[in-house]
Amino acid sequence: MTGIAMPAADPRILARRDEIVAGLRALVPGEGVIVSEDERRAFETDALTAYRRMPLAVVLPSTTEQVAAVLAFCDREGVPVVPRGAGTSLAGGALPQEDAVVIGVSKMARVLDVDLASRTMRVQTGITNLGVSAAIAHEGFFYAPDPSSQLACTIAGNIAMNSGGAHCLKYGVTTNNLMGVTFVTMRGEIVEIGGDAMDAPGLDLLGVICGSEGQFGMVTEATLRILPMAEGARPILFGFETSEAAGAAVAAVLGAGIVPVAIEFMDKIAIDICEDFAHAGYPRDAGALLIVEVEGSKVELDEQLARIEAIARQHGATSSRQASTAAEAAAIWKGRKSAFGAMGRISDYICMDGTIPTGRLPEVLHRITEICDAQGLKVANIFHAGDGNLHPLVLYDMNDPVSLAKAEEAGEEILRACVEVGGCLTGEHGVGIEKRELMTVQFTHVELAQMMRVKQAFDPNWLMNPAKVFPLEMRFPSHKAAA
Amino acid sequence: MTFQVSQEATSDVVSPLDEAGVGAIVLDAIERKAPLAIRGAGTRAGLGRPVQAARALSTERLTGVTLLEPSELVVSARAGTPVAEVEAALAEKGQRLAFEPFDHRPLYGTSGEPTIGGLVAANASGPRRVIAGAARDALIGVRMVTGRGEIIRSGGRVMKNVTGYDLVKLAAGSHGTIGVLTEATFKTLPMPESETTLVLEGLDDAAGVAALCAAMVTPFEVTGAAYLPARGDTPSCTCLRLENFESQLRYRTAALEKALGHRGPTNRLDVPTSRALWREIAAAAPLLGPERRMIWRISAAPTRAAELVAKLRPVIASHFYDWSGGLVWIAVEPAEDACAGVVRPAVQAARGHATLIRAPLATRAAVEVFEPQAPALARLTRAVTAAFDPEGVLNPGRMHAL
Repeated sequence: MTGIAMPAADPRILARRDEIVAGLRALVPGEGVIVSEDERRAFETDALTAYRRMPLAVVLPSTTEQVAAVLAFCDREGVPVVPRGAGTSLAGGALPQEDAVVIGVSKMARVLDVDLASRTMRVQTGITNLGVSAAIAHEGFFYAPDPSSQLACTIAGNIAMNSGGAHCLKYGVTTNNLMGVTFVTMRGEIVEIGGDAMDAPGLDLLGVICGSEGQFGMVTEATLRILPMAEGARPILFGFETSEAAGAAVAAVLGAGIVPVAIEFMDKIAIDICEDFAHAGYPRDAGALLIVEVEGSKVELDEQLARIEAIARQHGATSSRQASTAAEAAAIWKGRKSAFGAMGRISDYICMDGTIPTGRLPEVLHRITEICDAQGLKVANIFHAGDGNLHPLVLYDMNDPVSLAKAEEAGEEILRACVEVGGCLTGEHGVGIEKRELMTVQFTHVELAQMMRVKQAFDPNWLMNPAKVFPLEMRFPSHKAAA
Repeated sequence: MTFQVSQEATSDVVSPLDEAGVGAIVLDAIERKAPLAIRGAGTRAGLGRPVQAARALSTERLTGVTLLEPSELVVSARAGTPVAEVEAALAEKGQRLAFEPFDHRPLYGTSGEPTIGGLVAANASGPRRVIAGAARDALIGVRMVTGRGEIIRSGGRVMKNVTGYDLVKLAAGSHGTIGVLTEATFKTLPMPESETTLVLEGLDDAAGVAALCAAMVTPFEVTGAAYLPARGDTPSCTCLRLENFESQLRYRTAALEKALGHRGPTNRLDVPTSRALWREIAAAAPLLGPERRMIWRISAAPTRAAELVAKLRPVIASHFYDWSGGLVWIAVEPAEDACAGVVRPAVQAARGHATLIRAPLATRAAVEVFEPQAPALARLTRAVTAAFDPEGVLNPGRMHAL
C-alpha cells in the first residue's frame, strides 16, 4: 500500500470494544454513537484519501458537556481519541486509528451570538467556514480566513489546523481572527479561554491551541472576529514570459507600498491545465501568470489597479486584463479556484504546501522541476505569492504504486528544498501524518521535545490524536523521557 | 510619593553578548537554583507582579537587525535591539511594523529605549490593534532560551507557517516566564503615504464609543479609534484615524464624515497633529495625572465598555478608551487594594479582564496584577509554563503567585 506508517492498534483496547461502546452509549444517547461497520466507514479517512483506518467507534456529541463526558471516559479508560471536523484535512490530520474513538463536532453547528458593533461572533465549532460568513453576509460582514475547502470544512478543523486561504495576505490566518474558545481537556474539564475582548489575560494558551492539530483538547465553541465587507473588489490578470519576471513584479508591488488582498501565481503547466478546464481566458503564451486582487470603492480600485499595472508593465508583463464587470472578475478567479479540480480531471496528484521566502521563488521553481524530472513526473505550481505559500501539484497515477511512491519521494524533496531556503514544511495544511517524519528536517530534537512537553501539559497520557505531527519513532521514547 | 517601579532587589545584572551566553547563564541559574529576573532596557519595569531574584539577566546587549526584506514584508532583530532602531531601519525602506507598539515609558516614568524583547514579552500593542492585530499577530518567528537552558526556534521568516505548534504566540505576552527571547521576526507593512484624524467633539462616553463602533464597521479601514473624555474646557474627543494613499484618504475621510456627521461637529487633524495625538494614545498619555495614582488597563467587548465605566465612575480619577472602546484605561486614587474590590467584580460582570498596570511594589505583591484565572485555566497555564521552565528560574511569580 502506501508509505506512511501508523502505530499498531492496542489489542487490549480492541478486546474491550463492546465495553467501551457501552460506556459511550451511556454518555451520548441514540444515534450519537456510531458502531456499525457501514456507518463507521464514512469516517475512515479524510482528504488524504490514500490512507484509511477504521475507527473503534464514532461519537457525535450534541453538547459541550457530552464532549467533556466522552473525553473524561476515554481518559479514564486509556482509549485514544481522534477529533474530527468535516474530515477535509489534506495532511491526514483526522485519520482515525483502529483503537481510537473518533469524536466529531458535526452536530454542534449553531450560531450562538452576533455582536456587529464589537465585530465578533460566537459559534459552535461544527459550523462550516462558509456557514459563518453566510450567517452575517446580509449584514455586510464576513469571516476572513477562506481555505479552499470552505464549503465543507468546519471552524473546529480550521482552529485545529490554523487554516489560511487566498486572502490572508491582508486579513491573516485563523489565529489572527480567533478571540476565544470553549476548550475541553482530555480530563473532561471545560475551560473558557479568551473571550470577546481584543486580548486575553495570562499566557496566550489560545495562540498555542490554534494550530495544535487536535492534540491538546477539543474546541466546541469559538468567538470569531468578523469584518465589514469592502466596498468592492476587483482582480487583474497579468501574463509574464518567465516566473522570474512575475516574481520580480510581486516584489515591486509590495515594495511600492501596495498590499493587495491576494496575489496568486500559476506556472505554465498550471495555466494550460486550468485554461483547458475553465476557459478563463488565461494567456497560453505566458510562462507565468499573476492574479492580483485589490479592494475599495470604484475610484480606489481604478487607481490602485493603474498603479499595479504600471509596475507589472515595468517588470515585463506581456499581457494584462482587468475585470470590468463582476462576470469578468469571476472568470479570472474561475481558473484559479478550479485549479485542483482541473488537475484532478487529467491526473491524480499530491498537493504540497511548503512556504518559501517570496524572493527565492525562481530558484525553488527550478529545483522543483529538477526534482520531478528526475522522477519522471510532471508538476504544476500554484503559489500564494504575497505570503510565500507554494502548492506544487505533483502528478502521478494512482493505479501505479511505483508512481505514487515516486510522487511522495518528490514531494518530500520539494519540502526539504523549501526548508533549505528558509521556508517551512507546511503553510496551511498542517503536518498531520503526511509531514510527520519530515519534522526533523525543520526542527532540532530539542525543539520537537519542547513541543511534545507542551502537548503533555495538556494531555499527559498522550491520548489526543496521538499519531500525528511528531515522527512516530521519536514520539514514545520522548514521551516517556519527558514524563 | 514615587513608585520606584524598577527597584526590585537585584544586586547583580548580567548582560550576555550572545545567545550562547544567555544559555550559559540560564543553565547556571538552574544549577544553583537561583532564579533570574529577565529584562530588556527596563522601560517596562513595573509591569507585572514583583519577582524575587538575586540576579537579573538583561538582553540589552543582544542587538542588531538581522534580516530586513521589504519585498517579503519581514524584519528580524535580536532581542535587545531598540524598537526605535528597527522602526528607523524599516522607515528607510518605506515600511513599519505591521502592529503599532505601545510605549510604557510615560506610565512608569522610565527612560531609555524600549527593546524588541520587551515589546514581545509584554505583547505591547497600541491603537492600530483595533484593525491590524496585536504584537502577537505580527510576530511570525522567535528564538529563545527556555527555562531548561535550551535554545529553541518557533515559526520562522515566512508569513504562512503551521509547521509544529505555534510557540511564537506563547512567547508573546509571556513576560519572560517561559523563555528568554533572543531574536524576533515580525511581519511588516508599507508605511502609508499619509494620515488624518477625524474628531467628533462633545459626545458622552456611550455616544462616543457608539460612534467608534459605527466607524469600525464601515469599509474605510479606520486604524485608530479612541475616545478621550472632556477635561476642563476641552470637550470630549471621539478620534478616528485613517491612514492611506493621499487620494484614497480624501475619499475615505469624506465618506466617513458622511457616515458619522449626524453625531456631532467634526474636525480633521493635519498630519503632524494626528501623529502626535496617536503617539500619546499609544503611551496612555491622555490618562496621566498625579504620579501617585494607580492605573488599570481593562479589556472588554466595546459594546459593554461604556456601561462598565459608568459602574466604575465612583473610583475613576481619569480614564479614556482605545480600540473602539475595547480597551479602557482608568486611573484611581491610591488605595491599599488599588480599588481591586470595585474594579474586579465590575469587569468580570462585563466579561472583560483587568490588569493593574501601575501600583507600588507592595501593592503589586499583595493584589492580583493579572486577571485571576478559573482553576482549570490556572492549572493549564502552570503546566504549560512548567513545560518550559520546570525549575521556575525565569521571572518566577511575574504572572501569578507561586
